[in-house]
Amino acid sequence: MRYQLNADGEPFKPYSDALITRLRDTAITRREAVRRALLGAGGLLLGHHLSLRALEAAPSPQAKAKAVIQIWMWGGPPHLDTFDPKPEAGSDYCGPLNKPIATNVDGIRICELMPLLAKQADKYSIIRSMTHGVNGHETASYMVQTARASGGRDVYPCAGAVVSLFKGYNAGYHGLIPPYIVLTEPQGRFSEEGFLGSRYQPFATGGDPAKTPFAVEGVVSASITENRQKGRRELLHKLDCLPRVLPANSELAASAQCEKEAYDLILGDAGKVFDLTQEKDDLRDRYGRNTFGQSCLVARRLVERGVPYVTINYKGGWDTHKENFQTMRRRLPEMDKGMSTLLQDLTDHGLLDKTIVWWGGEFGRTPKVMWEAPWNGGRGHHGEVFSAVLAGGGFKGGHIVGSSDAKGEAVQTRPVYPCDLLGSMYELLGIDPNAKLPHPAGLDVRVAPCPAEGLKTGGRLTEIM
Amino acid sequence: MKTFLILGGLVLAAFSSLPAEETPGGPQQSNSSSSSQNPIDKIVFARLNQLNIQPARVCSDAVFVRRAYLDIIGTLPKGTEAEAFEMDVSPHKRAALIDRLLERDEFADYWAMKWSDLLRVKAEFPINLWPNAAQAYHRWIRAGIKDNEPYDRFARQLLTASGSNFRVPPVNFYRALQNKEPRAIAQAVALTFMGTRAEKWPAGQLDGMAAFFSEIGYKPTAEWKEEIVLFDMAKTTNRLAQAAAFPDGAPVRLSPERDPREVFADWLIDPKNPWFTQNIANRVWSWLLGRGIIQEPDDFRADNPPSDPQLLALLEKELIDSHYDLKRLFRLILNSKTYQLSSVPAAATPEAAAHFASYPLRRLEAEVLIDALDQITGTSENYSSAIPEPYTFIPGDVRSIALPDGSIGSAFLDMFGRPPRDTGLESERNNRPTADQRLHLLNSSHVQNKIEQSHMIQNLMQSNRTTRQMAAAMYMVILSRLPTEDELKITEGYFQSGSVNKRQAAVDVAWALINSAEFLYRH
Repeated sequence: MRYQLNADGEPFKPYSDALITRLRDTAITRREAVRRALLGAGGLLLGHHLSLRALEAAPSPQAKAKAVIQIWMWGGPPHLDTFDPKPEAGSDYCGPLNKPIATNVDGIRICELMPLLAKQADKYSIIRSMTHGVNGHETASYMVQTARASGGRDVYPCAGAVVSLFKGYNAGYHGLIPPYIVLTEPQGRFSEEGFLGSRYQPFATGGDPAKTPFAVEGVVSASITENRQKGRRELLHKLDCLPRVLPANSELAASAQCEKEAYDLILGDAGKVFDLTQEKDDLRDRYGRNTFGQSCLVARRLVERGVPYVTINYKGGWDTHKENFQTMRRRLPEMDKGMSTLLQDLTDHGLLDKTIVWWGGEFGRTPKVMWEAPWNGGRGHHGEVFSAVLAGGGFKGGHIVGSSDAKGEAVQTRPVYPCDLLGSMYELLGIDPNAKLPHPAGLDVRVAPCPAEGLKTGGRLTEIM
Repeated sequence: MKTFLILGGLVLAAFSSLPAEETPGGPQQSNSSSSSQNPIDKIVFARLNQLNIQPARVCSDAVFVRRAYLDIIGTLPKGTEAEAFEMDVSPHKRAALIDRLLERDEFADYWAMKWSDLLRVKAEFPINLWPNAAQAYHRWIRAGIKDNEPYDRFARQLLTASGSNFRVPPVNFYRALQNKEPRAIAQAVALTFMGTRAEKWPAGQLDGMAAFFSEIGYKPTAEWKEEIVLFDMAKTTNRLAQAAAFPDGAPVRLSPERDPREVFADWLIDPKNPWFTQNIANRVWSWLLGRGIIQEPDDFRADNPPSDPQLLALLEKELIDSHYDLKRLFRLILNSKTYQLSSVPAAATPEAAAHFASYPLRRLEAEVLIDALDQITGTSENYSSAIPEPYTFIPGDVRSIALPDGSIGSAFLDMFGRPPRDTGLESERNNRPTADQRLHLLNSSHVQNKIEQSHMIQNLMQSNRTTRQMAAAMYMVILSRLPTEDELKITEGYFQSGSVNKRQAAVDVAWALINSAEFLYRH
């Protein structure tokens, strides 16, 4: 990227996310710091105690869910303009979007720009009390998706990598489609796989599902015919002399296995999962003929074939420092269409019971609208309270969890921290929260944060499980 | 692409003058078995003899030139460079090539990259150096390598520097940490300069070492993002400081006036220190030979002994005698017959690898691979920082081995296992093959477009060459060698098969060579 003053359209700011993290880290109390150092240095010291504690809390892993579709609202969508409308707070807070609409569940109302989702509120529950207090994109993204605070020695894997570890190849997943897919671009702000290593990194499809063909990078070539694919594969095998000279080499054997898998995708049937022309036009229209809508359709096709984790990285311009309301009017109808059709389509295919749909971003947005130039009705970052939506896979629909205060500025009741949400998801997926993660230095680290890690918790989402 | 046109002609000349490759190992090996005076070889071959392991033969010139370029400067030889070397009849051409490569700018680029992995040069999360501090730090590291600064001085500066992160770049050593508690700093120092995982030490030993780093202060200045790292005398009452003890157990009394980091650094870089010299000697060996004498090279512990203590002792002595001249150590290793062995093992003995009986196959690193693809095709990549802030300007033609900051990257680099620079562990770099990587190389628009748009293909199409000439040229550019007669027949057959046109056939031959193990691996 070239030199520019604005990062992805954000106003130039005299500080970075990195600074905010550091400021917060220096504010950690001495005792906390010592505790962290102990954890980092000698997890063994605490290990015994921890594992006992964690074991007591461990539920018997009974999997209701088999897959997750994560609609990642990159940038941080405004909670007030989506699932936590506050018309009573006045126009300085809700702006022109002051007529929330009723849903098909009594007492639940959502933003007026989401009429299709309003008809499906019985399928999902809204958490209106998500909180972590972090206002930097990268640190908040990390927190929401790993349930860990940033700043320790380790980079933890995010939920997709954890699910890929426990539900992917190690757990008997045999699909040729990688177990952890991102539509269409990786997040890029941190390595999703963390210390688990590249085996667990997501496969980013690239390409655009709204185009035909959906040129999934590496799988679907827009220019090479099948005949030529076969011909040049044969050529490659004839010319590839090193494996013949080194028949016993384990590196080359591993590489050959990878090549075989790659070709099974390129030339075999598995890659057809990305061929949206196999779907009815009418259904494709209902999803919306745009990248997000068609991504939702691809996600359904992927979970239908057993892929356990799909992230739709929805770069919809949700980081609305400027002109928030114009953006909402432009983008929310698209989101409404894609997400609501996804919920209905999953239901029609009998998949919603087994598939968790998780909608949310790294934080919400400041409830008080910045009307002045250059923001012109913008909203800033707000990690103090925000919303998330969960559906399917054992989560009950038609409920509201927690609440924000009258202006949507802080949690009013029942705080839900990232570890509560992820912990609940893991529980429904049958992933033991006390299971060990393979750590490169052999440290004792568990799926869910242990109490000794000092992270706040509001408890698992038992009210909707 | 004038040079390329010339190459086409030379390739043909060279082709007819070269004998057919009829040695049993194919084009990988050479028949020459020069006797060696290199002290490394005396130890390694005596050991192999004693263990009754037959070493591989010495590699051919074509293999050597490619290996030397990739290992010394992280760069594929150009077709013309490989050809010139292979045609050179001087008996000392290998030593001369090593000397030339050690002086190339890419030597500094490539080894600055390696050190930046270990020193965690990364602007953003989770290291958070900030872009212009990362760039200053990288520049300083690169200059040290370029000037061949003695390694003990390099280490001492990193450990003892005080001042601004922008103006005194080595202070960033103490900033490039996810956790700046004394114990965490001690762990990073132990990993970097002693090659040992201090988290596995008894707690008391780590505390003793941590004390040396308990008086580091960090202060902001009025300048945006500037930070001063200093010896903070206000912290000298700290109880930790009283507990200071060197990792070998020797006690020490810290004087309140002296920066304890200096006391530690002086202990560390003393030639008698049991970790320091051994660690760097073993690391350099592992970087060139693909495997440490102690393996992993940053996991020294009593129950992980060296496979050949005598060899390690020799390398240590060489370093001490030359006053930590790393280039000299490189030169010694690179000129050894041990380093120049073929990758085709003579016998499949399980211990052979640990005793360096053949050169181990290793996939090209992410950066080296993409740079090689760019060089072959004459294309370039766009690199970006996830959080583009000022001071992160990346010119369009930059090579990825020269990227200054771990936060600047591309999807390709991530996919091919570039280290995230989070911990400084050598194992962060992941060269294991994955199906995703194979998909990308075999069938992505990214690689396909590079080949189709390459000057090489355009040139070959315009210059009205025979298919035989085209194949020979592509072999030289991509694999740094000429094709064998069999290989020529196969490629000619493909051109004549009629299933694709001439241009597509040329693209497919280049594609096949790029996807061959011979290209993707160091061998």
